[in-house]
Amino acid sequence: METPVLIEIKNLKTHFFLDEGTVQAVNGVDFTIHQHKTLCVVGESGCGKSVTARSILQIVDQPGRIVEGEILYHRPDRLSTAGNGEWTSDEAGASGNSTTEIIDLAALDPRGREIRAIRGQDISMIFQEPMTSLSPIHTVGNQITEAIKLHTDMLDDEADEHAVELLRRVGIPRPEERLETYPFELSGGMRQRVMIAMALSCNPALLIADEPTTAVDVTTQAQILELLEELQDEFGMAIMLITHDLGVVAEMADDVVVMYLGQVAERGDVDSIFHDPKHPYTQSLLKSIPRLGVSRNRQRLDSIRGMVPDPYNRPTGCMFGPRCDHFMPGRCDAVNPPAIPLGPEREVHCLLYEDE
Amino acid sequence: MFQFLLRRLLYMIPTLIAISIVAFVIIQLPPGDFLTTMVASMAAQGEDVDSTALQALTDQYGLGQPVHIQYLKWMQGIVLRGDFGDSFGWNKAVSDLVWSRLALTFVLSLASLLFVWVVAFPIGIYSAVKQYSVGDYVATFFGFLGLAIPNFLLALILMYIAFKYFNQSVGGLFSPEYQEAPWSWGKVADLFAHLWVPVVIIGTAGTASLIRIMRANLLDELRKPYVVTARAKGLPEWRLLFKYPVRVALNPFVSTVGWVLPTLVSGAAIVSIVLSLPTTGPLLIRALQQQDMYLAASFIMLLSILTVIGTLVSDLLLAWLDPRIRME
Repeated sequence: METPVLIEIKNLKTHFFLDEGTVQAVNGVDFTIHQHKTLCVVGESGCGKSVTARSILQIVDQPGRIVEGEILYHRPDRLSTAGNGEWTSDEAGASGNSTTEIIDLAALDPRGREIRAIRGQDISMIFQEPMTSLSPIHTVGNQITEAIKLHTDMLDDEADEHAVELLRRVGIPRPEERLETYPFELSGGMRQRVMIAMALSCNPALLIADEPTTAVDVTTQAQILELLEELQDEFGMAIMLITHDLGVVAEMADDVVVMYLGQVAERGDVDSIFHDPKHPYTQSLLKSIPRLGVSRNRQRLDSIRGMVPDPYNRPTGCMFGPRCDHFMPGRCDAVNPPAIPLGPEREVHCLLYEDE
Repeated sequence: MFQFLLRRLLYMIPTLIAISIVAFVIIQLPPGDFLTTMVASMAAQGEDVDSTALQALTDQYGLGQPVHIQYLKWMQGIVLRGDFGDSFGWNKAVSDLVWSRLALTFVLSLASLLFVWVVAFPIGIYSAVKQYSVGDYVATFFGFLGLAIPNFLLALILMYIAFKYFNQSVGGLFSPEYQEAPWSWGKVADLFAHLWVPVVIIGTAGTASLIRIMRANLLDELRKPYVVTARAKGLPEWRLLFKYPVRVALNPFVSTVGWVLPTLVSGAAIVSIVLSLPTTGPLLIRALQQQDMYLAASFIMLLSILTVIGTLVSDLLLAWLDPRIRME
């Protein structure tokens, strides 16, 4: 069942203007995020997944800038009345959830009032490094209530209570005492929980999680992911999960976007991506996952040959061409493959499927 | 917090004892003593010195005794009676000579420190936030200029300008009519009217280096992920800037107080001579030239105490500012 569209990204281009040249970190990306669903964005380091996420909130670091494209935010009804301190969770999958307002986030001034009202309230974000993503010199309570007080009319006491409630909800023991602690007194997993509590403090419509489990150990990783799923059921937000871990994708995703060098290679629902990958890049990614017990006769693990090209020296035609096993000379190095639709919300950027 | 303070105060005791020994030993290091210097200068003027009178003076000042005995006697006087000994050159108790000058030095240092902070703080922030802008380059240019020009040269230039174009005498800390007058509101006002020249001169180098420090620190902090977190929360840029990165960047700013204080005091010496300020610097240098040992040792000792106190103050400020230090 399809739920209403929340974010529609159309031909997004975010470039970094450096002295050495222009880095086309995101170069023509299209995808859609649906309400209450989890979208996973996968790809190697430097493929532009984080920059795409940051473009949505307009927090791309200098000298990066959105140069083209639209990020259409279909603001759900319930949020147009947010800010009155009401804090009720939305029923997931409600069909009558009509959208009233469509905002092009890419067109907003990155320092302006409109985008600031959306950050932290409609769309919030958690980051990779819970160690450094929280201020070392402010208490946990201070940092959580800051967002609450910024976006709602709650008074100090109410904001504190709300923060305690959130901390309890994300599984932090003795939340009342935790308000007064500093991040450096908490473990990595606890800090990431604090980050999640902070991100959910204003009941956002979309939670962007930028590799939230990369910096924590495996047990904590599983707990954090499980927590995110629980919270999604309860709060009803959509999640955009950025990861390079295909195991995480299999566990969490409804929809998947595979990115390579600033472009979408392939996108679709999680089942078709895993069971019927079309793009050669997706296929090799899936082959390069080590599997326990499968390779009895000590085969070498498949890896994708070659290296990710230098960002200043991008290949012509298909970005994946130089590393592709199905490379067609004269075709793949001439044409940058357009999106070839394979079904609803399913498309691949590869010339192999041109005739279909 | 109380424990921290107590611990720091206890650490100060051995530090100060060590400083007093070093100070005393340094004073004794040059060959000869006050009397040989005196005899030499008298002989240079063609006067003869009676050897029995010389012996009497040696006994009177206790100069014949071993160094450690002299040191212990000196310390005994300080600890038990607050008596820093007598100045040979001035024929006065050291404490009579020192306190008024020390107070003025302290006022001058404090005023310079405040000046340095008030100027360096906004410029440093601006330089970091608008890195590589015209304003940043201008601040950098004047910053390096301020660092590179020796204080005494700046003093001479300022004096020249003040005299030539404003017909104003900038030497000293008081106008002639207040020079010997007892303290009054008029004298205080007069002091502040004169204070700004040495404050600017002494503060220039410190300002320049603090601007660079603030800029470098803030540039580091501005790129930290917690800044992005705060931005993703929807905070306005300026509020975000002052609440997070500037707060963190303040740490080294505050810890510099410890070493800015002694540089201010020592930097003040040469400037004070040029500007003929009634501060500690000129007196200390004269005492050292004359081998006026109790006066010089007391000075070095007192300035060291100031430094130790400055370090303590900066540590306390740091602990107050940064929970990570407080919790240790």
